[in-house]
Amino acid sequence: MNRETIAAADLERTQHENIERARYAFELDRRQFFKLLGGGVLVCACAGSVVAQESGRGGRAEHELPREISAWLHVGESGVVTVYTGKAEMGQNIRTSLAQQVAEELRVAVSAISMVMGDTDLTPWDMGTFGSRTTPTMGPRLREVASTARDVLVTMAAERWHADAATLVTSDGKVSDPKTKHSLTYGELTRGQQITKLLPEDPSLTPPAEWRVAGTPVAKVDGKAFVTGEHRYAADMIRSGMIYGKVLRPTAFNATLVSLDTSAAEKIPGVKLVRDGNFIGAAGPDQHTAEQAIKAMRAQWKAPAQPSNKELFDYLRKNPDTSDEGFRHDAGSVSQKLPASAKTLAATYTLQYIAHAPLEPRAAVAEWEGEKLTVWTGSQRPFAVADQLAEELRLSRQQVRVIIPDTGSAYGGKHTGECAVEAARLAKSAGKPVRLVWTREEEFTWAYFRPAGVIDVKASVGADGKVLTWEHDNYNSGPAAINTPYDVPNQRIEFHPVNSPLRQGSYRGLAAPANFFARESAMDELAHLAAMDPLAFRLKNTNDPRLQAVLQAAAEKFGWGSQKSTPQRGFGIAGGTEKGSFVANCVEIEIPRPGAPVRIARVVEAFDCGAVVNPNGLRNQIEGAITQAIGGAMFEAIHFENGKILNPRFSDYRVPRFRDLPEIEVVLVNRKDVPSAGAGETPNMGLAPAVANAVFAATGARLRSLPLLPQGTVPKGV
Amino acid sequence: HHLDLPPDLPLIYALREHLHMTGTKYGCGEGQCGACTVLLDGRPVRSCRTPVSQASGKQITTIEGLAQNGKLNPVQQAFLEQEAFQCGYCTSGMIMSTVGLLNSNSKPSDGDIVRFMNGNMCRCGTYGRALAAIRQAAREWKAERS
Repeated sequence: MNRETIAAADLERTQHENIERARYAFELDRRQFFKLLGGGVLVCACAGSVVAQESGRGGRAEHELPREISAWLHVGESGVVTVYTGKAEMGQNIRTSLAQQVAEELRVAVSAISMVMGDTDLTPWDMGTFGSRTTPTMGPRLREVASTARDVLVTMAAERWHADAATLVTSDGKVSDPKTKHSLTYGELTRGQQITKLLPEDPSLTPPAEWRVAGTPVAKVDGKAFVTGEHRYAADMIRSGMIYGKVLRPTAFNATLVSLDTSAAEKIPGVKLVRDGNFIGAAGPDQHTAEQAIKAMRAQWKAPAQPSNKELFDYLRKNPDTSDEGFRHDAGSVSQKLPASAKTLAATYTLQYIAHAPLEPRAAVAEWEGEKLTVWTGSQRPFAVADQLAEELRLSRQQVRVIIPDTGSAYGGKHTGECAVEAARLAKSAGKPVRLVWTREEEFTWAYFRPAGVIDVKASVGADGKVLTWEHDNYNSGPAAINTPYDVPNQRIEFHPVNSPLRQGSYRGLAAPANFFARESAMDELAHLAAMDPLAFRLKNTNDPRLQAVLQAAAEKFGWGSQKSTPQRGFGIAGGTEKGSFVANCVEIEIPRPGAPVRIARVVEAFDCGAVVNPNGLRNQIEGAITQAIGGAMFEAIHFENGKILNPRFSDYRVPRFRDLPEIEVVLVNRKDVPSAGAGETPNMGLAPAVANAVFAATGARLRSLPLLPQGTVPKGV
Repeated sequence: HHLDLPPDLPLIYALREHLHMTGTKYGCGEGQCGACTVLLDGRPVRSCRTPVSQASGKQITTIEGLAQNGKLNPVQQAFLEQEAFQCGYCTSGMIMSTVGLLNSNSKPSDGDIVRFMNGNMCRCGTYGRALAAIRQAAREWKAERS
């Protein structure tokens, strides 16, 4: 990687890690407070240590991943292989794909593997499950661990049999000697003892071309638990004596409490009220009672005037975040004199805030045993949530355990632990375990959003169809996939950080779908200026064989060029690369008659993420990413005004449904010669520009704002 | 089960909190997402918008009640075989709605399926697989009952 791509990757990680957490600043009970800290002197020490942790992205050094095999893997006496990873499963199917990779290297059946995931007391520290990092980082790590463990098991057998280890074979959880026919199961060899070896520097791994378990379409390992309702999400946890919580929410963002009357709420039997600073909550014997208590409170809030959608894009240009230097990439000179035959484009693309809206809203069950706090919650970052709990509840990190039951999806939206903190605070006062489940309205309002953005593109194209200059200014949405994959000699690409009017954070793919939308729309506009076919134009402007391959694979499957677009039927194409994966989409839209709603009829996606670990899971991810991306492309938008979300309900915030489902065809470009890259994000990036390009091809209307068609129909006069 | 509850209490709370049957999921509380779907006398309802008074004396079927003697219902089996889920949070509701659909229409066309199921959301976007699962379940539904 060159310096700039490292800088972009680092910025991207910063975007993932530094989502602004809601602050509670609990006072707790003063007596309790001093007991916790052991006296006044220690207050300073404690505050200091909190600050030190806070200041520390440099503190990452303290989280060196363990090299002990036993931290990651244990072979039980019965032969069950338990694998420990701090990654979280939330529908992306890594419980299965990681188990496959361990099974491959250890030569055991997938069914012999039990994955312990996202438990801060049991699993090695992990930064979080985001950024398509599980497959390229945790996958190889666990393969190395399993391969090393297999070496240890073979050595143990060789010692026992006084045989040459090189002559022994492993399969189906056994070591065998083909000469003597000796055979021992892994369980018989270890008898449940830990494998004490450290990971070697360069363990041997089975190359993907020789995979027999990895690389195959293994079914989701615990699929049955989902069709029977047996799987327990965080909100399904039941603890002895558990009660139910509810939090009083301010009437607007950035509001402060002016007055509070809880006299009516106090009269409701069985309710425990908690007031700590601006945090006001109730816990009761059931959800309904806790809700009644909150409803009975009379609160007055005062909030400052705040912006709305109306001035959003102007606001983003005018409110730079000067504390963040952003990102800039230059090549050649964009200010040089262009040949007279060159054609130029200057266009602005915008996108609204959208919500992740995971179907499982934020939920947590918190339980105190003395000074030890255990919280079950749905999150992508168990260890970050544990840090947040320790900080807010003034505990040492060792006093906090976070357990992540396989989560009801996240899409980048569950990086922080507010619900966990609230449940823990309520449980602290109630003296009982508390379950807290955010309502859909809370989820839409008090979570964070996919950033809105403004992207200006200025570009020029020569008479030969080669792009000459490329300028790309992104305000607020972010630097992910901001660099062009096309060969342009003169470039200036900048990301301008902004003080966002709404709390924002990562969303599946971060800013890549935004930057793809602007770039691939603009490439289409340039193709039009150059009077070239959009596919031929892209192929002419890139020498990247993997990008060319996915564009051609998608085009071939789609039958690109076999029909011309008409006012009733438009064809669009888009593609690109991000996080080591390559994607191309061809889209067909239909408009049965002038002024009728636009419908996406057909989507072909070609996808290359290196060696495919599980083609079944991968296809599911790609089909799902395309379907979800229809929302952001076509109609999803958060409406806000003066610190309030105006559409915090599924009846007002439209998401893709059955009737929006197009025909979807996936072409997997399986590159066994290339290390596996993640695939949870990149499949969602090409859809929106391909749709916009198809609408242009059909109607001549160039839609440059996401969502493209909030009313369903192409607006007149675009 | 006999429960003494306020008549306006949504059925979902009776199931999840009072009976500890957590297979039925809360998704929105406004009958928009379908995650809380259960059957009342064989017909699908949104349990977040159904007061317990409406369910009183009726047969309530939840996801927990579909498999018989450990054998999955054809709809469960089809969703499992098609792997028509990712995070699985919508799955209970999808399956209960499908059983409701097949109870009233055992030979649904694709159009029938899309219309009937449009109130069941999947944010992971597995509608294509769900459609395949429902088609498969309909075939087996007919075979099992003929």
